[in-house]
Amino acid sequence: MLKTKKDLTRYSQISYHLMMLPGMFFLILFSYVPMVGIIMAFQDFVPSKGLWGSNFVGLKHFIYMVQLPDIVKVIRNTLIISIGKILLGTFMAIAFSILLNEIRLKFFKKTVQTIVYLPHFLSWVVLAAVVMNMFNLDGPINQFIASIGIPKINFLGNNKTFQPLLISTDVWKEFGYNSIVYLAAITTIDPGLHEAAAIDGASWWKRVWHVTLPGMLPIITLMAAMSLTGILSAGFDQVYNLYSPIVYETGDTLDTYVYRIGLVGRQYSFGSAVGLCRSLVGTILLLTSNWLAKELTDRKIF
Amino acid sequence: MVENKSVKSKIRVAVIYLIVLLLGLSCFLPLWNVVAISFSKSAAVSANRVNFWPVDFTLAAYKKILDDAQFWRSFVISVIRVVIALALNLILVVPMAYPLTKNSKEFKGRNIYMNLLIFAMLFSGGMIPSYILVKNLGLINSIWALILPGALPIFDVILLMNFFLGNPKSLEEAAIIDGAGPFQILLKILVPCSKSCLATISLFSIVGSWNDFYSGLIYIQKPVNYPIMTYIQSLSVDIQEMLRSGQTSQSLANITELSNRNLNAAKIVVAVIPLLMIYPFLQKYLVTGIVVGSVKE
Repeated sequence: MLKTKKDLTRYSQISYHLMMLPGMFFLILFSYVPMVGIIMAFQDFVPSKGLWGSNFVGLKHFIYMVQLPDIVKVIRNTLIISIGKILLGTFMAIAFSILLNEIRLKFFKKTVQTIVYLPHFLSWVVLAAVVMNMFNLDGPINQFIASIGIPKINFLGNNKTFQPLLISTDVWKEFGYNSIVYLAAITTIDPGLHEAAAIDGASWWKRVWHVTLPGMLPIITLMAAMSLTGILSAGFDQVYNLYSPIVYETGDTLDTYVYRIGLVGRQYSFGSAVGLCRSLVGTILLLTSNWLAKELTDRKIF
Repeated sequence: MVENKSVKSKIRVAVIYLIVLLLGLSCFLPLWNVVAISFSKSAAVSANRVNFWPVDFTLAAYKKILDDAQFWRSFVISVIRVVIALALNLILVVPMAYPLTKNSKEFKGRNIYMNLLIFAMLFSGGMIPSYILVKNLGLINSIWALILPGALPIFDVILLMNFFLGNPKSLEEAAIIDGAGPFQILLKILVPCSKSCLATISLFSIVGSWNDFYSGLIYIQKPVNYPIMTYIQSLSVDIQEMLRSGQTSQSLANITELSNRNLNAAKIVVAVIPLLMIYPFLQKYLVTGIVVGSVKE
């Protein structure tokens, strides 16, 4: 039986569609059906009546949301926490990669890398327990603080210290892992540049500033553009596992707020309305960061 | 002058080693603290006498875990979930990545599929509509609620598609001349050439499923059906409340739950062991994952 070229193409086309089919089923069901569910943000949604039986109320929940003092607080907290994480996290990852690159003892370097990459792969459930043990009133950190004569601090139960705690523990978890990409960038810098600078009498600091950092600039720009995407997510897992009613004032973020009010409090429509606004701004941020990445470097996210 | 310089550079190197050592210790000691607590007598833990070395060394906490039916139930739920989720991820991602490497002439409809994928990455229905969907599908309290919503990791599809595109085209053309159809090309040529990318996707799927407590929190309402991380999260709630409220050690020591701190620490250690077992592989594919992660197009 001779297959004509046309038959072959037809066979290929059908095969391609068949290959897409299972994945598309899950995509439609778990990504697109919930998008239709957003209708509930414009209703007084009652689960027993369903999406088609609930009353439409227009923008009621959105108007309520804008008037709520909570929402300003929640957005402010989200932005402070996420921007703090991005700035301090980027700085730490870059600084660590530069320092690590100076280490010549192979065994020492490998050991340190193994240890600092580890927290990235641990769940916040586990790390929250670690943070609680370290920072509780009688924990090692407070024992140290007391030993140098400063009064103990209740890091987890104080609105002044909670945001710094979230930012620094997240930086602690991720700096090692995030440094990998910067370390890879450093190794692509021509060592001849360093030698030339050294012969010209440039100090180590000067070489870092004028050779290493400019060499890393493309990747720093790319990472900075990509980090824009995360500005609305202050990290649900981390905040949820560390916060408590005492620190809602400074610790409550958009994601935890939607979870608590919308899901636990069963205000499905209101929660969806807040979620919709968050998703929309998130989409704009993602598009912007993709555009920035493409303009500033020649890479893109998708 | 020259000597002065070399002394200076020696000091600099020493300072760098010191800083790197301190950063390494800052990651190691807090994790080690949990291990030390798990091997200590509960009285010593309650009195906050355990820092970085076990006090009154004992295996009591680990012996207790052996009889803890709920711990092992959650552990097994997570193991089953990891295995099914991994299989499902690969079964869905691998066949999708191949047709997407074609252009819209070779595969009519390619761009529609691609745009559907990208839009789903850009925008989502959010937490509550997803919860209502899972509820209406009758999946609440079922292990499938943990697996199915994340069955198609879109980012992995694009990752693998780009990896396939990196293979020389001549490989595929030769196979077509030999009479291979799309399924043969995918399974006999592309998959064997993409082991490192598939390993990366698999490892990240395993870590993600094992560490996920969020799905368990939202979709599982019966504590007996909790996956391991949600179970551990539910344990620490009582103690967290006490620690946060800032009570002194004296009043805390009276509360019985606190004597469980070493038991909980031991549970955390056991729950992390599976991750430590695959950690060497993770480190091997770490860089691959990141390098293919930021795609040049």
